[in-house]
Amino acid sequence: MNKQDYILSINDLKTQFKIGKRVVKAVDGVTLNVRRGKTMGLVGESGCGKSVTAHSIMQLLPKAGSIKEGEIIFRPQNSEEFDIAKYRKTDKKLRNMRGRQISMIFQDPMSSLNPVYRIGDQIIESIIQHERISKKAAIKRTVDMLEMLSIPQADKRIMDYPHQFSGGMKQRVMIAMGLITNPELLIADEPTTALDVTIQAQILELMQQMQEQLGFTIIIITHNMGIVADMADDIAVMYMGKIMEFGAKEDIFLRPTHPYTRALLKSVPVLGNGGNDRLEPIRGTTPDPSDMPEGCSFMPRCDLATEKCKNAPPYEDVGNGHMVRCWYAKGGAANE
Amino acid sequence: MSNQSNHTEILLDIKNIKKYYPIQAGLFRRTIGHVKAVDDVSLYVKRGETLGLVGESGCGKTTLGKCIVRLHRPTEGELRYRFDEDGEYKDLLSLDKKESFNARKKIQMVFQDPYSSLNPIKNILTAFDEPLRIHGWTNANERKERVAELLESVNLHADYMYRYPNEFSGGQRQRICIARAMCVNPDLIVCDEPVSALDVSIQAQVLNLMKDLQKEHGLTYVFIAHDLSVVEYMSDRIAVMYLGKVVELASAKKLYYHFEHPYTEALLSAIPIPKIGEKRQRIILEGDVPSPANPPAGCRFHTRCHKVMDICRVKSPELRPMKNDPDHLVACHLADTVEDIAEIPADAV
Repeated sequence: MNKQDYILSINDLKTQFKIGKRVVKAVDGVTLNVRRGKTMGLVGESGCGKSVTAHSIMQLLPKAGSIKEGEIIFRPQNSEEFDIAKYRKTDKKLRNMRGRQISMIFQDPMSSLNPVYRIGDQIIESIIQHERISKKAAIKRTVDMLEMLSIPQADKRIMDYPHQFSGGMKQRVMIAMGLITNPELLIADEPTTALDVTIQAQILELMQQMQEQLGFTIIIITHNMGIVADMADDIAVMYMGKIMEFGAKEDIFLRPTHPYTRALLKSVPVLGNGGNDRLEPIRGTTPDPSDMPEGCSFMPRCDLATEKCKNAPPYEDVGNGHMVRCWYAKGGAANE
Repeated sequence: MSNQSNHTEILLDIKNIKKYYPIQAGLFRRTIGHVKAVDDVSLYVKRGETLGLVGESGCGKTTLGKCIVRLHRPTEGELRYRFDEDGEYKDLLSLDKKESFNARKKIQMVFQDPYSSLNPIKNILTAFDEPLRIHGWTNANERKERVAELLESVNLHADYMYRYPNEFSGGQRQRICIARAMCVNPDLIVCDEPVSALDVSIQAQVLNLMKDLQKEHGLTYVFIAHDLSVVEYMSDRIAVMYLGKVVELASAKKLYYHFEHPYTEALLSAIPIPKIGEKRQRIILEGDVPSPANPPAGCRFHTRCHKVMDICRVKSPELRPMKNDPDHLVACHLADTVEDIAEIPADAV
């Protein structure tokens, strides 16, 4: 594949947090390629570093956190590629990029909108920030965008405040805010976790429709394997700051190879099975990120672990870009 | 004895339960309306089974659960409960003080958030000690033995009784909460979203444990959750709630393959399934759930229903058994239910 086909290439990214004297390696050597115009799903349990990866891409880390190593190459369509990790947070280049080339939608729509400003003003702000445009034209664009996201009476609703919107409607406003500047990459961090299932279905459907119309790339972060099965083209499974398995959706669901991916798929009830198959829980709990085991981080919970796993396993291609971080990826585990 | 329909004896018969919360406004806090959180729900729970309650937020499932354990007093209705296998049914809402005290022992609850339902400044032993002492374990050593036994029954080490809640992970805490609910030997446990605060890999541990405990102690569960896949895994029968009413009630297997209510259909199709290859017909419901303070006239679901007819806007359908299956209850004008209430077998509702 051509380098230009990847809108984003992350190489060996390490993001660490310093909490007192402890160093937490939240992201510990993530390597990822995101295909242009496609949807990539980043899945994992809480604390696995998926949100920190997203915040590193935007360089929106809190004070205690910093990118220690690695590069994040962003390749916009009509300008030079650049390494996001090389710039300082406050650099003009990044301020230009945030919200215009790369947008982000956060998990909780209830707290990501400012309660004291009108919805319209909050959306228009990001247009005015990035473009020389008259207020009238900006308002027109906002109304059009809200209509595209099927918010009824958009021209009146822009005068409303966030508390006048329901949860699902607020998330639509957040999506409008993200898409109004026509970004090339949209990062959605658990966009539907705070919503009810029927509203979740609305929002996911809407994101897919918008992607078809506008052609942007999506990175969707979630803990729900069902959502990635629905939305994603490629899937990366993260555990304790590392990508354990990466591949096309079919690779992950039909040929899961890493023991963690397989355990994850077996531990959730699947609708329609009627409780016939007993779930197989993953034993133990996730280790403390400031005190990680030597070698493979999944070793203490893995059924296949042997002496060999005390050394860090390689991140290998098992065929067609299906990458697995396990000693037993080739042979053993995969053929079980 | 999960997933087998060989339970016959009705343990709890919920009759026409209503829970209205007053809306107060103005200077004198006058009541200007009511939030109808639970509006005329009738259900029964058989001894030894798991009854699942599903629905979106605000549908009244938690309120109903809290009415069953009598944390809330229902506005109207009866909760007829059978204390002994051959005893009489008694209404939990009109018990005298002593009976009421004993009834509390029989019905326990496990809450959603294991972080806020354990007191952070009390160790586990103290947290268990109080209910045990109140309910008749007078000997301190016996109480300690009982706590050790309970902790071991949820796969935790007996020594953990001297630890504090902050020393446990979310999954362990939820197991402790389950053990605490079990400590007075209840018959019925109302579980309100017991796994939704937990990570996916931990959920399975707790769900399996609950199934094992049920088998071992013959417990009856009312399992409340918004996640239909979890409810389906746990339940024998499932009641789907929408805006304070039960819209469909069927066995777990039946509900997935032979649903009748359009809301159940939409709810099932909205759930993302971790499988690929099967293209499912997705029904996207429009709009949001209406306010329970001012529910729509006629069928409460008609504002979002994809099969809405004229009659739905005027007449509210009643929850009635299907003609071909008296155990499958549906509240929809489209469903082929029995016409006349008199045709319903006495034990069905």
